[in-house]
Amino acid sequence: MSADLVLQTEIVGKRNEHLYFALRNRKVVIGSSIVLALLLLGVVGPFFLSSTPNEYVGPKSAAPSGDYWFGTTYFGQDVFAQFVHGLRSSYLVGALGGAIAFVIGLSVGFTAGYRGGLVDEFLNMITNVVLVLPALAVLIVISSYLEVRGVVSQAVIIGLFSWPWVAKAVRSQTFTLRNRDYVDLARLTGKRAPQIIVREVMPNMASYLLMAIILLFGGAILFAAMLDFIGLGPTNAVSLGTMMQQSMAWSALHLGLWWWFVPPGLAITAIVGSLYITNVGLDEVFNPKLREM
Amino acid sequence: MLELEHVWKSYRIGALGSKRLTAVRDVSFQIAPGEVLSVVGESGSGKTTIGKMVLQLASVTRGTIRLDGADVTARGHRERKAYYRRVQGVFQDPFSSYNPIFKADRVLETVRESYFPRTGRGEWNEKVENSLQAVRLDPGSVLGKYPHQLSGGQLQRMLIARALLLDIEVLVADEIISMLDASTRIDVLNLLGELKERGLGVLFITHDLSLANYISERVVIMRHGAVVETGATGTVFGDPRHPYSRNLLASVPQLHRKWSDDPATPQELEPDGDRSVDPPPLTRVGEQHWVAAHP
Repeated sequence: MSADLVLQTEIVGKRNEHLYFALRNRKVVIGSSIVLALLLLGVVGPFFLSSTPNEYVGPKSAAPSGDYWFGTTYFGQDVFAQFVHGLRSSYLVGALGGAIAFVIGLSVGFTAGYRGGLVDEFLNMITNVVLVLPALAVLIVISSYLEVRGVVSQAVIIGLFSWPWVAKAVRSQTFTLRNRDYVDLARLTGKRAPQIIVREVMPNMASYLLMAIILLFGGAILFAAMLDFIGLGPTNAVSLGTMMQQSMAWSALHLGLWWWFVPPGLAITAIVGSLYITNVGLDEVFNPKLREM
Repeated sequence: MLELEHVWKSYRIGALGSKRLTAVRDVSFQIAPGEVLSVVGESGSGKTTIGKMVLQLASVTRGTIRLDGADVTARGHRERKAYYRRVQGVFQDPFSSYNPIFKADRVLETVRESYFPRTGRGEWNEKVENSLQAVRLDPGSVLGKYPHQLSGGQLQRMLIARALLLDIEVLVADEIISMLDASTRIDVLNLLGELKERGLGVLFITHDLSLANYISERVVIMRHGAVVETGATGTVFGDPRHPYSRNLLASVPQLHRKWSDDPATPQELEPDGDRSVDPPPLTRVGEQHWVAAHP
């Protein structure tokens, strides 16, 4: 009877083990809280503020006050309104760019790893070409060709260039997993390749894929900020990167308008940093050897 | 009746498939219903590749595999799925045959998904229980468990139960007991014997001569991808003609002989040569006994 009970709890325990350790891992909790708090601000904030953050609403170059929480710009724009809208577009770029890169990387990696042979060599060649392309230079060229740049087109461009490492990692994992006997057994049950990939191979690398999503998300945000800062950001929207670029262009540093560039810079650092911390924490959750217990 | 006729297999290796490695050379044999055929050979002799080709997990380079006279090689997904209803396999490593993150009985559930989608839950559970009992497993103690909670023998028997859910005619058993401990080995082996009694053809792939002798009527001895000797088990093991077969038989440790008594010195054999040429032809040396030409 007691042996039965032990086995029963073990089954339940295995299912929730990852969640259990994730909620008790300080890195995961702190990192994801910061990311989620800023996300909440970016999603909810714009509903309470003006929908046109570039409007000249207040006094010029005003320091933070009760009316303008983060002060105003050199031209009298509300920095807090810009900041909240910027958060929203940064998250959008991260989610969209990350998702595009994830889908491409996953498809290429699974196809190459599962099919093998000539298909693999061809896809591997493409992956390597995209990998060695100087992405920043290409992005600059493409971005400067586009007359009107929006957040979405920026995300698409970033997504199209940041998938190769995911493809490589997924391919090598699939290579080892597809030779397991249970994959052969699924084929003996009359399953098709896509079904086998989704139902037999993918669940075995779920933790890995979750971490890939997080890293792609953070990478896309950082890349977008970089493009924005060199003046290739969205022309029809505010983002954290364009705020910093504007503040640079109008010498906010020399004029002492610190409230113009510190919030966006801090937010980008906080988001990307927290994502990486979450990632390290998740590594500990999924790999028991790394747990500090 | 499963027939292999002049079957060859070569793998492409190296960059862009520039090189070829021939794993199986001109192998022919039949398995009749109710018969166990053992394929014996050293590592790399091509015996597992033969099993994979019969299960259509590897393509056949040349030659044909027929089931009841119909060619089964390289067909579409639908035909292949129908083929798996009649021919199934069990593999060497029971722990690798189960996806470790799912419960073990999922292998039975996927069979229902693919082949019996319209069978009701109650009817299906009954079918599962019957086939588990046929392999002498207690349904209550194996259902709803994860693979790591079951023993290797239980897992292997569950895979055989899975095959029995389908109306199989041929079972490919690739080294199915080499990873089990001695006491469960004989159970699984006897189970194969029972399946044979029921009219199943079994392709028993092994490197262990005593197992082949125990379970099978006929035996095929392979080396370097080709057949070196074949025939009825008693004839081949009683009077091995090919030097490789003699070496194999001499190398089986026996219960009442010590190493110190008389270490057998194996006979020199010709090394692995060009595998792309036809292997030496088999000549008949007795009733139900064929042997490959050798120097």
